[in-house]
Amino acid sequence: MAYTFTRRIAMGLAASAAMFATTATGALAEGWKPQKPVQMVIMAGQGGGADRLARLFQSIIQKENLSNMPVLPVNKGGGSGAEALRFLKDNEGDPHIIMATLNSYYTTPLRTDIGVNIEDFTPVARMAEDTFILWVNADSGITSLEEYVAAVKDAGKDWKMGGTGTGQEDSLVTAMLEKEFDLEMTYVPFKGGGDVAKNLVGNHINSTVNNPSEQMGFYNAGKSVPLVAFTPERLAAFPDVPTARELGHDIVYAMQRSFVAPKGMPEEAVAYYTAMFEKLSQSEEWQTYTSEKALMPAFLTGQPLQEYFLAEREKHQAILDAMGDDSSS
Amino acid sequence: MDVLALLADGFATSLSPINLMIVLLGVTAGLFIGAMPGLGSVNGVAIVLPLTFIVPPSSAIILLAAIYYGAMYGGAVSSILLGIPGASTAVATTFDGRPMAQQGKAGLALIAAAVASFIGGTISVILFTLFAAPLADLALKFGPAEEFALVLLAFTTFVGLGGDDKLKTVVMICLGLVLSTVGLDLISGQPRLIFGDIPGFYSGISFLVLAIGVYGIGEILYTIETSKTAPQVTPARITFKELGYGIKRMGRIWKTMTFGSVMGFFVGMLPAAGATPASLMAYGIAKQTSRSPETFGKGNIEGVAAPETANNAASTGSLLPMLTLGIPGSPTTALLLGGMVMWGLVPGPMLFIEQPDFVWGLISSLYTANFAAVAINIALIPLFVWALRMPFTVLCAIVMVLCIVGGFAPSQKMHDVWLIAGFGVAGYLLRKADYPLAPLVLALVLGPLMEKSFRQTLIAEQGNVLAFIERPLSGAFIAIAVLFFVLPFVRYLRKGSRRSIVTAE
Repeated sequence: MAYTFTRRIAMGLAASAAMFATTATGALAEGWKPQKPVQMVIMAGQGGGADRLARLFQSIIQKENLSNMPVLPVNKGGGSGAEALRFLKDNEGDPHIIMATLNSYYTTPLRTDIGVNIEDFTPVARMAEDTFILWVNADSGITSLEEYVAAVKDAGKDWKMGGTGTGQEDSLVTAMLEKEFDLEMTYVPFKGGGDVAKNLVGNHINSTVNNPSEQMGFYNAGKSVPLVAFTPERLAAFPDVPTARELGHDIVYAMQRSFVAPKGMPEEAVAYYTAMFEKLSQSEEWQTYTSEKALMPAFLTGQPLQEYFLAEREKHQAILDAMGDDSSS
Repeated sequence: MDVLALLADGFATSLSPINLMIVLLGVTAGLFIGAMPGLGSVNGVAIVLPLTFIVPPSSAIILLAAIYYGAMYGGAVSSILLGIPGASTAVATTFDGRPMAQQGKAGLALIAAAVASFIGGTISVILFTLFAAPLADLALKFGPAEEFALVLLAFTTFVGLGGDDKLKTVVMICLGLVLSTVGLDLISGQPRLIFGDIPGFYSGISFLVLAIGVYGIGEILYTIETSKTAPQVTPARITFKELGYGIKRMGRIWKTMTFGSVMGFFVGMLPAAGATPASLMAYGIAKQTSRSPETFGKGNIEGVAAPETANNAASTGSLLPMLTLGIPGSPTTALLLGGMVMWGLVPGPMLFIEQPDFVWGLISSLYTANFAAVAINIALIPLFVWALRMPFTVLCAIVMVLCIVGGFAPSQKMHDVWLIAGFGVAGYLLRKADYPLAPLVLALVLGPLMEKSFRQTLIAEQGNVLAFIERPLSGAFIAIAVLFFVLPFVRYLRKGSRRSIVTAE
């Protein structure tokens, strides 16, 4: 019931927006409103998963007229997001900057000394958690985690696990897998998740831990096989894929997709953006997207979100430490 | 037959009055964006992407395709008129396009570029129409080892080009490779050559910054010194007679253009490779197979046509892995891919089956965009040529502004503007010392790709260097690369012996 209600609001908004282009959003927020275009900083380069998602958010905001000023995506992907983090720090108190985050929000300040403490930033909203699944090529004949572990043990260093850059999410999941099953694979880093997915299907690597959205096309065409999901519960889009936890292995890892703002953003501005993202999280486009791409919608704001960030930072510190000095020095 | 029926349906969509309007608008906007040094199809598509939500997805993709094509055509304009390649794909066009402009044949060079782009676009769209699905599997066969072999091939074409001082070419390639290592290392995640800890260097040195510096600012400095007040460029006029002559000249080099198109399409189709190596290889091969290779680099029309056919064909080719595999072959196709995701379309092997309307609407719009682009481009040539007739003192200031804006716009960092100034001075000095600039710029573009694929292969094969030769595809590429490297020497020896016979007589 609540869902249809908000949907109606959204549709009404869109319709009225068409008629009263500028006045339509007046009802969205009493009090503070952006006075100039809002910069949406993206912690990654153009074309990757994070970029695509941020631009999806922007398009929904625009389509549903959730902001009275345009939201402009700006890519600052240098140094695994170090550039974006630094930018946020240097623009303390600016009410017209928000940043779309991924897990490098924790790992980059931990791995490199850029003088950023994420505790200082203002949490706005967590939109979703992206999920990780273990994939193999359909030609491999492997259909279960058990067979997978046996095959990797057999191949040893000849087993090629593909993923994104060293120290980024995919390599962390791989490290957890290696530790849990006492495996030793060769990790081959690629530039982005799409590149990884293609190399699996082309048989240049043996397995990946792609996000579902990156393998979806190949999976539908029967070219890749999901073995196990690193989620707390089974994914609706993959009802037959067991979770690692079900099989007795406690590997759970997710990529948060959130928005944060600079330190000292006025409270009214934070309230405005929080309301904007709440409307966004209820929009039909977003809900369709999350269910199709097997994202876990996980809306969270304010202090609980900050606590989540800090807990995740602890977790990542532990994983990085376990990975050894070669990658975290 | 099936394909033709589907294509006919596609044309029904793309030829509706509103879509035709969109094509014309998009192509014109793309042409101007592409003609500005520093702005290219990436910027054009990025600017327009949010606007596409007002129109239905099929019209939106037509708009984006039109801008994409328009910008590819426009890229040649700045290469020819100003000698500044607006995109790495247009570097090879400067080799002969710039000398032609300096000889007062800018109009002819622009016609050659437009016609060549049209032929490259058309042949590649036909290939796309007929073979899209089976070719997707070929793209999958390309792993890191094959990528490395292909880039190596592009490099050797370049060294084999000769003409310039060989040693100086090699020095410039090495310098470019060093510059290409600046920034974050993909494999280890560690920053390299960031000069202490300058944050601007984290994202590396972009092609645009280097090209605008050495070509744009460097050229201005050099021209100021050499010509003082006299314009360095011979004023050009364009008449219908010249247009007819140009098209007739193009007819004679159809072999070069056909080859450039087919090769451009295949190289462009490979994810990661793209239009830059394709345009280079087309130029190299045109020169190698020409009866008068010594005229290349001095204003040979074939030297404009070859890279232009190839880079346009490659831009069509790079749509193929984007649609069939969901893997963008270039930054622009990455943005297009983002657009498709926003419209709720899932690129991948199933797209052709699940969304035939969209796919065939796109393919048919490539045909119309191509026609529109060549017509508008030729119509605008007098305007472009007129720009060259401005007094140098005025032109110089305008180009300077364009260079700085073009360098600042993509990243919006002053860091890049300072780098441009630095590279400008370096470019001027290198030019005075007679060092070729193209190898420097292209090594920066191809270097990271080559390093990445080389290291990925070695990691995957646990240090076995023979892997490059053992794999059939990469082995074949490496064999051709070696041949390319050796060929100029063989020809040199043969010529040398022939000459000695002549003198003996």
